[in-house]
Amino acid sequence: MTHTTTIKVSKPAHRLAKRWTAPDALLRLLSPLAILLIWEITSRAGLIPARVIAAPSEIGSTLWELIRSGELLRHLLVSLQRAVTGLTIGVAIGVAVALFTGLSRRGEIALDSPMQMLRTIPSLALVPLFILWFGIGEFTKVALIVMGTTFPIYLNLFAGIRNVDPKLVEAAHTLGLSRRELIWHVILPGALPSFFVGLRYSLGISWLALVFVEQINTTAGIGYLASDARDFMRTDVIVICLLIYSVLGLLIDGLIRTLERLALAWRPSFVRT
Amino acid sequence: MNAQHQINCQPAVSLRGVVRQFGENRVIDGLDLDIAPGEFVALLGASGSGKTTLLRSLAGLDAIDGGELIAPQARSAVFQEPRLMPWKRAWKNVTLGLRVNKPKERAVQALTEVGLAHRLEAFPATLSGGESQRVALARSLVREPKLMLLDEPFAALDALTRMRMHRLIIDLWQAHTPAVLLVTHDVDEAILLADRIIVLQHGRIAEELHVDLHRPRDNGQLGFNAIRTRLLALLGVEKDDPDSLGRDHNPFIAPGYPLSAFAI
Repeated sequence: MTHTTTIKVSKPAHRLAKRWTAPDALLRLLSPLAILLIWEITSRAGLIPARVIAAPSEIGSTLWELIRSGELLRHLLVSLQRAVTGLTIGVAIGVAVALFTGLSRRGEIALDSPMQMLRTIPSLALVPLFILWFGIGEFTKVALIVMGTTFPIYLNLFAGIRNVDPKLVEAAHTLGLSRRELIWHVILPGALPSFFVGLRYSLGISWLALVFVEQINTTAGIGYLASDARDFMRTDVIVICLLIYSVLGLLIDGLIRTLERLALAWRPSFVRT
Repeated sequence: MNAQHQINCQPAVSLRGVVRQFGENRVIDGLDLDIAPGEFVALLGASGSGKTTLLRSLAGLDAIDGGELIAPQARSAVFQEPRLMPWKRAWKNVTLGLRVNKPKERAVQALTEVGLAHRLEAFPATLSGGESQRVALARSLVREPKLMLLDEPFAALDALTRMRMHRLIIDLWQAHTPAVLLVTHDVDEAILLADRIIVLQHGRIAEELHVDLHRPRDNGQLGFNAIRTRLLALLGVEKDDPDSLGRDHNPFIAPGYPLSAFAI
């Protein structure tokens, strides 16, 4: 004997959730706005002194002033130049060494352990030594960024090269690929995702390193702007510098994502059928 | 395409006293084997019997430790996994390492032959298991091999896809006439496809038998069961044990089930 039973399921919770979906995004914005408002009011009331932190409105107007005068752009360009120079050299060294150690046993024996030893030194701890060696000029600043950005690239690319699926390498052998073709068609594309992981770290570090590096004898750059503001207790400028760091961090991340999407179009996560 | 009338020609593959050992363990122990041009040979055996080791030596992936091995330069292998480069589109995978004038034309031709003309630009991640394996077959065929080495190429496919692949491999083999060495642990597959079945045990040939069934073959064919029973006995499995030899996941090839609907 068979029965067909219809079970009525009421979903009040579900309906409630649905009704709240639309204003949800707005609600999420409301609380930060409320915090800003409270911050503004308490600042104006004199409860938060400007040397602790400036009022949002003041920060806004200072930002506008910095943009209008072109001063912000000048500092930004100087910082970007340092970061890009250091990063380019760091990535170039990291890639070159990783290719050498990753693709040859002899290279690994010769260079991997020194690289692993150097990697454990935090690049910022090298500041005093670099100042002694290279002075307090531009060279030291770029060299410190190079030190910070080389190793993430090296470690990830080396691991990426060594972790290429041996079954694919074997297949390549049965297809009669030469060593050069094997590297070009199999090993390097296989290591590319790891390279991007390294690049992401390196970009973050290059940017982070600026904060420290630009406090050594500088007259321009975002780091200089921040340390100068500290000397004059300009909390509004300091907050602006922090904002710039985070916005640029986001932009860099977006850039890498775009690069990955282009270069790794074959990955299941990017592939659209 | 039968082995008998080609046995007098120069063999495509010739092994004399081949030894392959890992430490003290002789995986292949003085093996003699000839494969005629255009002959389809299936290599059966339990795991650890040396099937794959032998195939790897023939593919040139491993060196042999003793004896003499002659195999054509023009050889290609298809493995259990398709082993396609995930970063290359289907046709680029097919032409990888191919040194001819118009590689794309050749790739299109080969992919059309395996029924994938519409998937030329697809990345492997978007292909199904059967499609990937067909790309791997096209990649192998496009090299015009004198010897095709198949290492359980259908083992990871579902039952229906496997039947289609059996038909495809026979068509391709008849069109291109390479010698084929198929490593499998699937008795029915071996009987359906091969001219000759070799049972490997402890690195030696335990039994060799010619399959004289006419093609196209199917599991219900007269004589099929006799060969099957004999092979299963050689492999140490009772005839009516459907759980053996990897057949448990194939609902259509349970013993006694009419199979003519799935003829090759």
